[in-house]
Amino acid sequence: MLSRVADSIYWMSRCVERAENLARFVDVTMHLILDLPDGAAETWKPLVDTTGERAFFDELYEEATQENVVRFLSFDSRYPNSIISCLRNARENARSVREAIASEMWEHLNQFYFMVKDAAECESPPTNSSDFFDEVKMASHLFKGIADSSMSRGEGWHFARLGRMIERADKTSRILDVKYYVLLPRLQYVGSTIDDLQWSAVLRSVSALEMYRKQFHGLSPHRVVEFLLLDREFPRAIQHCVIAADESLHAISGTVPGSYRNIAEQRMGQLRSELAYISVDDVISSGLHEFIDNLQMKLNAIGDGIFDTFITMRPVESQAAQQ
Amino acid sequence: MSEKISFEHYETEQFHDELFDDSCNPRHEAELLVWKINSLEPGELQRRQQAIERALLRMGITFNVYGHDDGTERIWPFDIVPRVVGADEWDRIESGLKQRIQALNMFIHDIYHDQEIVKDGILPEELLEDAKAFRDQCVGLSPPRGIWCHITGTDLVRNDDGQIYVLEDNLRCPSGVSYVLQNRMLMKRSFPQIFEASRVRPVVDYPSRLLRTLEYLAPRDIRNPTVVVLTPGIYNSAYYEHSFLAQQMGVQLVEGRDLVVKDGFLFMRTTSGFERVDVIYRRIDDDFIDPHVFREDSALGVPGLMDVYRRGHVALANAPGTGVADDKVIYAYVPQMVRYYLDEEIIIPNVPTYVCLNQDDRKYVLEHLDELVVKAANESGGYGMLIGPHASEEDRRKFAELIEENPRNYIAQPTLSLSRVPTIVGDHFEGRHVDLRPYILYGEEIFVLPGGLTRVALKKGSLVVNSSQGGGSKDTWVVAHPTENQTT
Repeated sequence: MLSRVADSIYWMSRCVERAENLARFVDVTMHLILDLPDGAAETWKPLVDTTGERAFFDELYEEATQENVVRFLSFDSRYPNSIISCLRNARENARSVREAIASEMWEHLNQFYFMVKDAAECESPPTNSSDFFDEVKMASHLFKGIADSSMSRGEGWHFARLGRMIERADKTSRILDVKYYVLLPRLQYVGSTIDDLQWSAVLRSVSALEMYRKQFHGLSPHRVVEFLLLDREFPRAIQHCVIAADESLHAISGTVPGSYRNIAEQRMGQLRSELAYISVDDVISSGLHEFIDNLQMKLNAIGDGIFDTFITMRPVESQAAQQ
Repeated sequence: MSEKISFEHYETEQFHDELFDDSCNPRHEAELLVWKINSLEPGELQRRQQAIERALLRMGITFNVYGHDDGTERIWPFDIVPRVVGADEWDRIESGLKQRIQALNMFIHDIYHDQEIVKDGILPEELLEDAKAFRDQCVGLSPPRGIWCHITGTDLVRNDDGQIYVLEDNLRCPSGVSYVLQNRMLMKRSFPQIFEASRVRPVVDYPSRLLRTLEYLAPRDIRNPTVVVLTPGIYNSAYYEHSFLAQQMGVQLVEGRDLVVKDGFLFMRTTSGFERVDVIYRRIDDDFIDPHVFREDSALGVPGLMDVYRRGHVALANAPGTGVADDKVIYAYVPQMVRYYLDEEIIIPNVPTYVCLNQDDRKYVLEHLDELVVKAANESGGYGMLIGPHASEEDRRKFAELIEENPRNYIAQPTLSLSRVPTIVGDHFEGRHVDLRPYILYGEEIFVLPGGLTRVALKKGSLVVNSSQGGGSKDTWVVAHPTENQTT
């Protein structure tokens, strides 16, 4: 597969996943507010922090009100990671590889983009209802469903999965972080009903509540973290994502599982074994926030490794021609 | 919205109409279509038309409007009433196009080699000397299988005398064939019943024929040579077509930056290393394909590509240098070429053309500027043109000066009255002017796709069919002989 095409498929997939997760962020925050007794004032600012774009937000908006934050994260084209920017990106990437993906994927993504664009351009964009964000989630599900049922399990599909899984691991970690930020100033809630409500909102935001219940029954922060971080079977759990990404990486290169031949595989393998052998107690005692911070840096390093290994144009002389 | 649109009150208004004769009766080959449309439920036609427009937007079959921010993508308007061509007329068009492309191919080969046509006094030498699209870099080149113009889209028009003429040969990178295929697909989806009964010759096999044409050129004798489509990228207005054709053929769509020359061969960069490329269907103009040989500032092409081509290690379709035959003055000599190379009379005539280089022609042109269309030799898309009857006195004076200064660079033609096809306008049909671009593939044999792109000038009375200037498109139906066995 052409390096440029692989790169575009990878980013197309990452951007759709990013848009979906932004919708989940906004959604979970809306739910959290409903559960907080003392109003919403300080709830939206941490969300901007979680995305790591505080300075940029402050430049564009005066106050971190719900309307402003949702507008910024969802509909603001000036912010390069807003839902609409992600979808524009995904669509441009898809356009440049239209011949390499199924045409239904392109058509759906095209419609998906127009759906968000229409919402962004209407007089009062939907900044206080879940409906729009549900729609974004469903459109993203549909996109993945079309890819899964129309693409051969070749390089293209694996690059799409790789991008999706890395993005998802990063974003699930950030959703856990939202909870961390919200709770930080309110330690007195820990263990209360409100705490329970909030953790279930977090689980719901990644569609994990039902699967969690099947496994653990009662809600405890400990177990929620364990489930979202270390579960191998739940598709939005971080360990699951890393395992899937590692599988796709090896499927692309043909390297024997459990070994590595390039920097991307090495870094991925290191992270995979770390997650496989760490306990949730270790994570919490060393600090969840620090652990997540570290994890995000490792995921970034893996992304860089993938770029260096498969995408960057290598000097002609060093390569033997392959037929 | 539920108005009934029918042909009951349709008027041809003294124009040649492709579906109706002068007394407003349907032509034989269009009878069934007219009857079917007349018997649709009220509102049905409009509903289908809107469904098609929505589908075009959904499929992203759009072109970018330059000079606007993102979001200003437009669909190219499509009108649901097809143009219908009878089998006998098509037979003549088909043999005419085959004849023409054969002669043009021989001409291109000749002028990059011995230039016999000049030596024998058929084509004036000075014409060649000043031909802007003549590529010195191509002199002495022998492209694979001796074919220069593999893919051609010839523009045909019908004047009010009922005669079909060749308006332009597009021998470089003619676009539009993807619309032919998509229009057909949409029509079949919208009107399966009408379609089934109409015995329309299929166009669906174009991509596989194109692939066969390209594979035929491969420099090495292997079963699956690597064919690629070379595009300037997503900002090119024809990008949709490039990716569509690559997808339909199942080949890679590449940009210049994906390709690299090494040891006299061409490779593409893949995730598992470099892979040799055998054939390029290039949708980039000569000037941009190789900065070492043509324009140095081109970032779209591949440095060293022409060297690989000269060594015979890669095939290019179309070959570089074919643009010389698109020169509008050289066009005027195609009938002579047909006689010279094939010893035949031309089947589809040129639009009568005055070559300003000839003294008599020039005199006539200058005296009749208010009746004629003047065209510069190497412009296209409606640029560098004077439409005499609509031009101001000043513009005519300016063109007269230009012609006197550089007569070699100008031709003139009578103003044609293009034929029309009924088109939906609001709640009724009106005639709108059309042209026709059939597509010709020159590989092991010459193949003419039955049908082609019918472009329609949607503005009342307008003769400009270009997409950038209010043009749209229609499906083109070549209706099979009653005895002919065909499948759609």
